[in-house]
Amino acid sequence: MISIKGFFRGRTIIQPIWVFVIAIFIFFSFMSEYFLSLSNITNILVQTSTIGLIALGMTYVMINGNIDLSVGAILGLAASLAVGLQDYGLTIAIIAALASGMLLGAINGLVVWKTGVNAFIVTLGAMLGIRGLIFLYTGEQSFYSMNFAFADFGASTIGPIPVLAIIFLLCTLVMHLVLTRTGHGRNTFAVGGNPEASIDAGIRLGRHMMINFIIVGFFAALAGVLLASQMGAATPNLGRDYELWTITAVVLGGTKLTGGYGSIVGTLGGVLAIGILRNGMNLMQVPAFYVLVVLGLILITVLIIDKKLNVPSTKEVRI
Amino acid sequence: MTPVHATTGQRQPIDADPVLKLEGITKRFPGVVALNQVDFDVRPGEVHALLGENGAGKSTLMKVLAGKHQANEGRIILGGEEMAFENPKHAKRAGVVLIHQEQSLVPGMTVAENIFLGSLPKKWGNRVDWRKLREDTNRILETLKCSFQHDDLVGSLSIAKKQMVEIGRALVFTPRVVVFDEPTASLTDHEKPVLYDVIQSLCEQGVGIVYISHRMDEIFHLSHRISVLRDGEYTGTVNTCETNEDEVTRMMIGRSLELDHASKPSEFGENMLELRNLSVKRLFSDVSFNVRKGEIVGMYGLVGAGRSEVAETIFGLRSPSAGEILLDGQPVSFTTSHDAVAAGIALVPEDRKDQGLILGMNCRDNMTLAGLESVSTLGFMKRADERAVYDKYHQAMKIKTPSWRQKVGNLSGGNQQKIVIGKWLHTHPKLLILDEPTRGIDVGSKAEIHALVKELAKSGYAVLVISSEMPEVLGLSNRIIAMYDGRVTAEFDGDSVSEDALVQAITGMGASAAAATTA
Repeated sequence: MISIKGFFRGRTIIQPIWVFVIAIFIFFSFMSEYFLSLSNITNILVQTSTIGLIALGMTYVMINGNIDLSVGAILGLAASLAVGLQDYGLTIAIIAALASGMLLGAINGLVVWKTGVNAFIVTLGAMLGIRGLIFLYTGEQSFYSMNFAFADFGASTIGPIPVLAIIFLLCTLVMHLVLTRTGHGRNTFAVGGNPEASIDAGIRLGRHMMINFIIVGFFAALAGVLLASQMGAATPNLGRDYELWTITAVVLGGTKLTGGYGSIVGTLGGVLAIGILRNGMNLMQVPAFYVLVVLGLILITVLIIDKKLNVPSTKEVRI
Repeated sequence: MTPVHATTGQRQPIDADPVLKLEGITKRFPGVVALNQVDFDVRPGEVHALLGENGAGKSTLMKVLAGKHQANEGRIILGGEEMAFENPKHAKRAGVVLIHQEQSLVPGMTVAENIFLGSLPKKWGNRVDWRKLREDTNRILETLKCSFQHDDLVGSLSIAKKQMVEIGRALVFTPRVVVFDEPTASLTDHEKPVLYDVIQSLCEQGVGIVYISHRMDEIFHLSHRISVLRDGEYTGTVNTCETNEDEVTRMMIGRSLELDHASKPSEFGENMLELRNLSVKRLFSDVSFNVRKGEIVGMYGLVGAGRSEVAETIFGLRSPSAGEILLDGQPVSFTTSHDAVAAGIALVPEDRKDQGLILGMNCRDNMTLAGLESVSTLGFMKRADERAVYDKYHQAMKIKTPSWRQKVGNLSGGNQQKIVIGKWLHTHPKLLILDEPTRGIDVGSKAEIHALVKELAKSGYAVLVISSEMPEVLGLSNRIIAMYDGRVTAEFDGDSVSEDALVQAITGMGASAAAATTA
C-alpha cells in the first residue's frame, strides 16, 4: 500500500492509468486469442485515433483551465466540408476543413478571453450552433466522396502500420514535446494553475487560452477529415457524443477539470484504455450496451483511486 | 465620529469575574513558536482590546480560542469550566464566536438562511421551519437594529450590512464571548458608528467582547482594557482610562528596534520612478512621489489605505483616472502586466499563495515563470539554462529545498517568498516593488529577506517596499511615504522620523495636523 503510493507519487513517471492499461492489455491477451496480434493492435490505434487526436488538443485546453464541448460538432463540420468541397479540388477541401476548425476554435477562445464567460457555456453554445450549421450546409444529406485517393488514404498503410495510427502517434509525440519543452506549454500549466499569479508574472493569459482553443479546433477538424476519409463519406450527425468520449479519455489520463495538472502521456493512456476496453470486450462478444456500463464504472473508479492517491500529504516538507 | 485626538479613553474598567480566561497558552507550528505562555481574560460586559503588530500572534490566539487551532499547552476556562474546543462549531455552541475579517457568507442565499446556515430550525420530517426561521431572524435583526429584511439576498447587501449578517450569526447561540477581528477594516467612516452601537448593546447584555484592531482611535473609544502581544508573548494588560497611545505603542514595539541604519543603501542615482498626481477613482487620489536608483522607499499605511492599489496601477493592472507615471524619465502607461514586466517593473505581490506562486508547480518552474524568453529559443526551453538560473538564485538567496523538483506549495513562507523574489531578479528589472515582503514569515527568514533587499538596492535597483509593519519600514527605508485613506499624508526621512509622527500620519491624525500647519 505504502510502496504503491510512494511509487506513484515520488516521480510521476508511471501514472495510474498506465498501470490500468497494462493490466487490461494482459487480461484481454488471455481472454481472447485474437487480441494479441499486430493487426488487432494497429486496429485499436486506428479506432482510437479519432478520439485520440481530439484528446490531445483537449488536454491543452483543460490544463489551461477551460473545456471545449464543441469538438464533436467541429469534427462533423470539417468532415462535411472535406467531402462536400471536393469539387473545388481535394487540397482546397481539406485546407478549408482544417481552417474551419481553427477558425471556430479561435472564435471560442476569443469569446472566452474577451467576455470572461465560462468556457463550458461558450462552447456548449458553439456545439449547438455549429451542429446547426452542418445541417444548413448539408441539407440533412450525407455526402459521399467521389475522390478515390481520399477514400484510399484512410485505409492506407506504411509497411504493416496504418497511416492513421502513424499520424496519431506522431501528433502525440509533437504535442507531448510542445507541452513539456516550450514556453507555451509551461504557461498553459501556469495559467490553469493560478491565473492571478500568471497575470502578476506578466504572462499573456488570453493569448495562451486562444492558442489552445485553436489547437483543439485544429485537431477536431483533422480528426473529422481522417474519419471522413476512413468512411469515404460524411454524415451530418458525425461526431455526436465525441466531446464526452474525449473528455472521458483526458480525465482518465489524470488531467484535472480545474486546470493546472495533466499530461499528454496520461491522455494517451486514457485514450488507449477506452480503445482496448471496447476492442477487447468486442472480441469477447460482450454486447455493446454492457461496454458502455463498464466504461462508465471504470471512469468513476479510476477517478476515485486518483483522488485517494493524490490526497495532499499532511507531513509537509517545511524547512 | 470619534474624538480624533483622544489619547486616553474614558471607560472605567468593569469589576467582575472573567467570563473567559486563557492561561499559559502555547502554540507551536513547525519551526515557529506562535504563542508562548500567553494569558488573557475577558469580563462580562467589557470590551477588551487585543493589540500587537502583524505576526505578533493575535489571530493565532483567537483561533485557539475559537477552536480552529488546538493549543499545545495551556487552559481555556469559560464560565469557570475548563474547555477543550475541538472545532469552531464546538466553541460556538459553548458561546465563543469569532467574527472574521474575511466574510464567509453565501451570496445567493437570503439573510435568514445565512444567519442560520448549518443550524436551520427544523420541523418533523427534517423540513425547514420557515416561520420559526423568519421570526428568529427578525428578532436578531431587531437586536442589531438592521435596516434590511430577512429575505434580502446577501449578495445584494453592502459590505457593512454583510458584516451585520455575520454578527447576526454570532447571536444564534446566546454568545458569551464575541471576538471581532479588525471589524472596521472594510467599513467607511459613517458605517462605523453602527458597528459601535452593536458592540455597545452586546456589552449591555453582558457579553464579553474581544476587539482586535490597529486603529488607536477606535480602541481608545471602545475598550475598557487593552492587552498587548509581541512576538507571540504576552506583554501586559492596562486599563484604557489609565494609559495613553504612547505607552501602548511602546508595549507593542517594545524591544529596541535595532535599526541598522548603517547598512541601508546610501548612494542614489537618478529618478527611476516618478508618480505625478496619480489617481484611480474611488481608490486613491493625487499620489505623487519618486524612487531613485539604489534607493529604498517605504510605503507605510494601514490595510485599505490604497498602497497595494498604487503598486498595481504602476504595474498596469489598473488604469489611472488621472496623473502620470514616469519610468526612467519616460512617461509610461501599461495596459497589461506583460508590458510592465517588459519595461522592467517587478511586483512581488502581497499574497504569495494567491498571486505570487503557482503552488502545484515545482521550484524551478516558478523561478523562471516571468522570464521564459531568456531561457528558451524559438519557444523551446533550454533545460540546462533553466537549471542554471534556478541554481544561481537558489544559492544566492540560500533557499532551502531538497531539490528543484519540490512543489513550492510544500515550502515554508520564507522560502516561498525567496522564490518569488528570485523569479523577478531573473527578469533584471529596473524597479522592484515589494508588497508586504515578510508577511507571515518567521523572524529568521525575515532578517534574511531584509538583508537581501538592502543588497539589491545597493547594487542599483530602485526598490519600493509596501509594509504595515513599522520596524520593517523603519529598518529598510531611506524615505517613507505615509498613506491614509487613499492619499499621501506625509513624506519622511527614513533615518530621522519618529514613530509617533509615523503613527499619526497613517491613522489620519497627521493629516489634520499637517493641514493645520499649512493653513
